[in-house]
Amino acid sequence: MSARAFPATLIQRPVPAAITVMAVIALSSYSVAHFPRSIVAFMLFQASILLLYFSGVTPWLKAILAVLTLGLLMPILGTINGFYLEVAIQVGIFVALALGLNIVVGLAGLLDLGYVAFYAVGAYTWAIFGSPQANRFISETTAQFPLPPEWFFVFLLLGVLTGAMTGILLGIPVLRLRGDYLAIVTLGFGEVIRVLANNLDKPINLTNGPKGITPIQRPPLFFRPVLNLMGIEASPVTLYPLYFYFLVLFIVGVVILVNRRLENSHIGRAWEAIREDEVAAQAMGVPLVRMKLLAFACGASFAGVMGIVFSAKQVFINPESFTFLESIGVLSMVILGGMGSIPGAILGASVVTILNLQVLKGLSLWLNELRNAGVTILGYNLADLPSQFEPAKYERMIFGIILVLMVILRPQGIIPSRRRTRELREK
Amino acid sequence: MDLPLLLGILPEVILDGLILGFMYALIALGYTMVYGVLEFINFAHSEIFVVGAFVGVEILLALKAREWLDVLSPFLVLLLLLAAGMAVSGLLAVTVERVAYRPLRGKPRLIPFISAIGVSFFLQDAIRLFESLWRNAFNLVYPAMDQLNRRFTLTETIDVSVKSLVVILAALVMLWTLHLLVNRTKLGKAIRAVAEDQATASLMGINVNRMISLTFLIGGAMGGAAGVLFGIQYSLINPYTGFVPGIKAFTAAVLGGIGNIPGAMVGGLVLGLLETFAASYFSLLTHGAFGSEYKDIFAFSVLILILIFRPKGLLGEVVRERT
Repeated sequence: MSARAFPATLIQRPVPAAITVMAVIALSSYSVAHFPRSIVAFMLFQASILLLYFSGVTPWLKAILAVLTLGLLMPILGTINGFYLEVAIQVGIFVALALGLNIVVGLAGLLDLGYVAFYAVGAYTWAIFGSPQANRFISETTAQFPLPPEWFFVFLLLGVLTGAMTGILLGIPVLRLRGDYLAIVTLGFGEVIRVLANNLDKPINLTNGPKGITPIQRPPLFFRPVLNLMGIEASPVTLYPLYFYFLVLFIVGVVILVNRRLENSHIGRAWEAIREDEVAAQAMGVPLVRMKLLAFACGASFAGVMGIVFSAKQVFINPESFTFLESIGVLSMVILGGMGSIPGAILGASVVTILNLQVLKGLSLWLNELRNAGVTILGYNLADLPSQFEPAKYERMIFGIILVLMVILRPQGIIPSRRRTRELREK
Repeated sequence: MDLPLLLGILPEVILDGLILGFMYALIALGYTMVYGVLEFINFAHSEIFVVGAFVGVEILLALKAREWLDVLSPFLVLLLLLAAGMAVSGLLAVTVERVAYRPLRGKPRLIPFISAIGVSFFLQDAIRLFESLWRNAFNLVYPAMDQLNRRFTLTETIDVSVKSLVVILAALVMLWTLHLLVNRTKLGKAIRAVAEDQATASLMGINVNRMISLTFLIGGAMGGAAGVLFGIQYSLINPYTGFVPGIKAFTAAVLGGIGNIPGAMVGGLVLGLLETFAASYFSLLTHGAFGSEYKDIFAFSVLILILIFRPKGLLGEVVRERT
């Protein structure tokens, strides 16, 4: 659908497109392998995945290439430079979050500014029971914590449930509110969850307060015997990032599948009807309350699962990871990509995460090197630059600019959903 | 329960609550006026407020560096701070409206709101960037003014600092002026007309865009004044200070009935008092189990309860929903 927007005709026709895309992927992965520390090379690799998506390659070949790049090339490059794998995992986590928020904001049109609360609930669910923390409020005779690592998979399902439950819990009282009132209340809810996490170390120590919880169990390396049989001896240090990468990739795959099925089902259409006109939707027989609760529950459940993965990946969590900033970050991903559009949410999440983790951090490091070297630009000695100034600390500014520019210049987003575009054009 | 202790701190609690309440009332005016005219939550208003606080601290630091702070009368300095803070914040609010809200007028409701969130985030880091480059620090402290910090005793248990009284007085004067402006002048009538019905107001020869700008100017100026007073009262400011007071002030506006100017004052005072009571008595009443850190949760719960059970607020008219 979006291929037409691309100016180059070369990548629209299947055969030349296939050749070009394969060449670009090969070239970029070679350059990453050759210059493992070059951020530009890795961004080229990321761009090649984007190119693959937009190109007119025949669908089956596209699928094969996608599996190859994400399932084989990315892990290999990740073993060359571990940071890239970390970036890929983070992108995956945020893609799932953006897709979840996309259901609530993009499809159902309910602006949720406290989305990160569900993520926090998921993260704390595993953190409390997957670490010795639970011993502090459950008497030691009945159960011994941390739970064994195998429970992680049970908790992945529990994460869906707790996320959905929290979503419904928030949804019930606030469903009567519309528009910006709803936004403010969800914002308040997000803050309440964070304040609770910060302060529930007394009278009962549930969350260990601002100190956070550590160490949290990681999932079991159940495939290790298989690897040993195959003659591969790998240490947990190298295995865990790859493990998390594939885990996140798998979950993102499931989330995308669920999203696509939902979007075109009667539920998705009901959500969009609510977004367009609540009264008309109700008149047409859309059960408002049930559909809105369902939207909240679905969106929240994705965040819940990713919260579980996040806490297991980080081994340590504290309330600082779940601030309002995170909620706005996910929101700007959805808006950048295009509200209500699945490829949009994926692209938005990738762009923002890469910008944050890679570009800004890279810029900070580079600036620091220049500063230490005392380089002079246009007669200004960079050594005089105040030490407080660090591009990596200005992500709010980036989010802010993204939000304002997008709603003014291109409210439909980078990859708009077709129905949404029509709505914006009418008004 | 220790009743004498609870009663003993009561006057002080009420005084603190009043100060906080007037602060909320001043900020809430910005939200409520803009909402009255455009039916839009100006999420960036909390940063307009912080800008006022930073203008104040910059002027004070500049005066201090030249050692004029001890020479000039503190009340003159205070007037200067208020005037500068109001001017800068007011103009900033007008600019923000021009750049980020006006192009979006008439779009679906959520669109300008998202833009406002963007502006809010942008301004937070813009202040931080500016202060980082200018002072190499962005957590700033208001220099103490000795004459304002002097305390005097009312009774044997209650003593009041001069600055508390000054803050309350300044807030009262400003609220009264605003009340006169909106209800007794032609300009105020025009603003009210625009709030009532933009199209008809425009047919009556009112320049709607100019009135909207004026609304932002007044709301922003009140926010800026609140920022200066906040700095004088609580000393410590940083670019992110505005978030929590902003949300609280919005709560106050909703509590009083959003779009309603006396409502914002009543709502601000009620919320300020409730919150201070909660902060002082929570830990006493629960024997230390829940401390004052729950006061934010308390305020948010108040907001949620009002929105559910009395969405029009204490003094409000019915709010029309425009979808």
